[in-house]
Amino acid sequence: MAVDEQREHKWLGKSVKRKEDERFVRGRGNYLDDIKLPRMLHMSILRSPYAHARILSIDTSRAEALEGVVAVVTGELLAQHNLAWMPTLSGDTQAVLATDKVRMQGQEVACVVAESPYIAHDALELIEVDYEPLQAVTSPQQALEAGAPLIRDDKEGQEDNRVYHWESGDLEATDRAFAEADRVVSLETFYPRCHPAPLECCGCIADVDPATSRATIYMTSQAPHVIRTVFALVAGLPEHNIRIVSPDIGGGFGNKVPVYPGYVVATAASLLIGRPVKWIEDRTGNLISTGFARDFHMKGDLALTSEGKMLGLRVKMLSDQGYAYADAQPSKFKAGLFHLVTGSYDLPAAHIVTDGAYTNKAPGGVAYRCSFRITEASFLIERLVQSAAYEIGMDPVEFRRLNFIKADQFPYESATGFVYDSGDYERALDLALEQIGYAELREEQKRAREEGRLIGIGVASFTEAVGAGPSKDYDILGIKMFDSAELRLHPTGKAILKLGVKSQGQGHETTFAQIVSEELGIPPEDVHVVEGDTDNTPYGLGTYASRSTPTAGGATALIARTLREKAKRIAAHLLEASEEDLDWDGERFAVKGAPDRAKTIQEVIFAAYTDLPEGMDAGLEGVKYYDPPNLTFPFGTYAVVVEIDRGTGQWKPIRVVAVDDCGVRINPMIVEGQIMGGLTEGYAMAAMELITFDEDGNCIGSNFMDYLIPTAWETPHFELHETVTPSPHHPIGAKGVGESATVGSPAAFVNAVVDALAHVGVRNLEMPVTSDKVWEALNEAGLAQ
Amino acid sequence: MKIEVTVNGVEHSAEVEPRLLLVHFLRDSLELTGTHIGCDTTSCGACTVLLDGTPIKSCTFLAVQANGRAIKTVEGLIRNGSLHPIQQGFKEEHGLQCGFCTPAMMLVSAALLEENPQPSEEEIRWAISGNICRCTGYVNIVKAVQWAAANGQSERAQT
Repeated sequence: MAVDEQREHKWLGKSVKRKEDERFVRGRGNYLDDIKLPRMLHMSILRSPYAHARILSIDTSRAEALEGVVAVVTGELLAQHNLAWMPTLSGDTQAVLATDKVRMQGQEVACVVAESPYIAHDALELIEVDYEPLQAVTSPQQALEAGAPLIRDDKEGQEDNRVYHWESGDLEATDRAFAEADRVVSLETFYPRCHPAPLECCGCIADVDPATSRATIYMTSQAPHVIRTVFALVAGLPEHNIRIVSPDIGGGFGNKVPVYPGYVVATAASLLIGRPVKWIEDRTGNLISTGFARDFHMKGDLALTSEGKMLGLRVKMLSDQGYAYADAQPSKFKAGLFHLVTGSYDLPAAHIVTDGAYTNKAPGGVAYRCSFRITEASFLIERLVQSAAYEIGMDPVEFRRLNFIKADQFPYESATGFVYDSGDYERALDLALEQIGYAELREEQKRAREEGRLIGIGVASFTEAVGAGPSKDYDILGIKMFDSAELRLHPTGKAILKLGVKSQGQGHETTFAQIVSEELGIPPEDVHVVEGDTDNTPYGLGTYASRSTPTAGGATALIARTLREKAKRIAAHLLEASEEDLDWDGERFAVKGAPDRAKTIQEVIFAAYTDLPEGMDAGLEGVKYYDPPNLTFPFGTYAVVVEIDRGTGQWKPIRVVAVDDCGVRINPMIVEGQIMGGLTEGYAMAAMELITFDEDGNCIGSNFMDYLIPTAWETPHFELHETVTPSPHHPIGAKGVGESATVGSPAAFVNAVVDALAHVGVRNLEMPVTSDKVWEALNEAGLAQ
Repeated sequence: MKIEVTVNGVEHSAEVEPRLLLVHFLRDSLELTGTHIGCDTTSCGACTVLLDGTPIKSCTFLAVQANGRAIKTVEGLIRNGSLHPIQQGFKEEHGLQCGFCTPAMMLVSAALLEENPQPSEEEIRWAISGNICRCTGYVNIVKAVQWAAANGQSERAQT
């Protein structure tokens, strides 16, 4: 599928103002909680206070007696309908409401359905649950020890707490590389659990019509079509009787991909009661029970020659999965795309060993603004590369340059089986170094040290892999990861574009309209984009992992081209010319050599309904399912300068330079918005965001007073730059950009703080790099003031 | 309890439970759904409204406390059918993505501009630091406020 480069772009590359903004600035967005249905009831969830406990009894009688309570749903009731457990997106099972045991703090134990949300909350306090606390397993290392309490004793054949063991790469070749190495450098680090925490929590309104048995479920879902299929499988409802509607979504970042128990219980309750049931999660429920991210314990070993050339990479990773394996990721890859850990480097050999373990924590493993665990991979390799550079006495930047995959090596097949489509890593690195003034900064760092000040310069040269994906390798629960676009051109020259993906703030209504505009010459304001309603859009896998532009964007361009071909045949008829004699100039078909003899696209569309060639079907409409031939591989270099306060250990980014290459940019304004948002979340992970647990499995980080998110006050300034290396296979050469900055930037921030202390031997600081950790390092080095 | 509250210039009287939160009164009783709920703990600011011109977080403020006072929500920013300069600024500078924090961000910014028509970047960042945005990284929100500061006076004069 060649990039259409015959013409200069007219609409691609233009910072068109967002079409969706008008309703949002007027307060007229339509989020889930804004929807009210007649006779609607409200549901609230009782959660377990224990991380691990046997349920001895549940007494709901006092709650049921409260005026205004319509029903109290327990696991026992669901079990009668075979709904007490549900499948996860990784093919495991997760309790909808606990029956035998609770296996994490915050687990759903019972639900109250009442006439008002206040009554539903009141009734929760009247439910009496008798628990017998059990020993909690709070780390994956503890989980895999012999004799550890068995968490999933509900699963037949599950005799320990291991979830998976998965390897990638070539063990023998890697062993040989290490045998030949002059030097091996290692880094052990932990990417802690954090949470996407979109500002809008999850929720749904389930409306099962007793007359028709049709279930309409309004849901905060990034992937409504997949959810429909999962609901058909879980609840046994016929799929044509399920309609999922995702209204405006107040941020997702991966958190709104999975199916949550609240959705299932609300649907079951509506089915049983015959009235609509609304469930709106509170913030604590969101943070302690829904899809978390990361929680990877990682060790990397790099085999090097004495000149600093990389020979091989060995990685071991242990993942804390919580009590269910619920990663939303392609089923073939047990640790997502973590095996992209060779990153931007020409590594002849690599071997990756990954293990996942159950613990008494929330399930999830969603990719928080990340393409299936690449954030963890990128963090490890970019931190390891910096450590290795220090150990061999090379500048980290020169060490990267020496080992980069070179521009002429693309398409490049990595040691773990990815085929990188295109890239020019050195160009992005050079631009970042030039913009930040790297050489001068190193001089300044020396001078500063002499003056007693600590400045650090951190770099990360990341490679992303987005746009899952090609059907040969990528599926979720067996459903291939294509995506789709349906385009209808109306007689008066306007268009409606329907997509299987679902924006959560990424600006699809504008970006995808621009693709249609580029291909057909209809201005973006004349293209209405529809998403999120499974009755009214073609099947698609949804929006996460930066896949919308690589997949649905491709489908959109291709269906527009198909309709343009038909339009050309109509134009030939109108102009009484042969098709070969017509030129397309982006807005009109004109007869070659006679540019005045032309028809605008609007005239041709009108003719599709009014004046057709003999024998041609009327209309200009079509659907395209696009199965991408490969992933796309965005890349870039982030460079960060920090200064450390020797008195407090506080560190502050002074400059953040980001060079991103996401191929062809459709709307640069929106692209830059995505990058700045990602850099902020990357900074947040590096500096403050943390979900942790005490030894009893109590979640610490269960509200926004404990789970820290940067405000405008802490967030640094960003300097953005770009290079453009189009994807060779994507129909418009675009690669996807929503997550590059979260993938690449945490390592740049941590590298910068470590760099400030590298001269005294500091090699690692664990995220979040809080001031107490930095102060301890300062104190040990005798640098604390 | 009976309360009388002026919301966006319209007087409302209502019988409410003493424990009813102001945000629920606005959203559910008056159906002004532009005010959002993000955290329940006064941390994220998505529920911010103006109480007699001062930003407050309506998720931890009782409806009865608003008795006899004037509330402004995002729905009250529009004047004579035209967008307020701060609304225009958010559109012009790509100051929003998912839009969930936006109504509150605009109200806080509008209150700042009333008090300080030409704020510095630092003053803007401080003023909006009680409000969390997960999408934008704040840079374009700051620019949106600066846009409103630069273009607000002429637009106000027109209305």
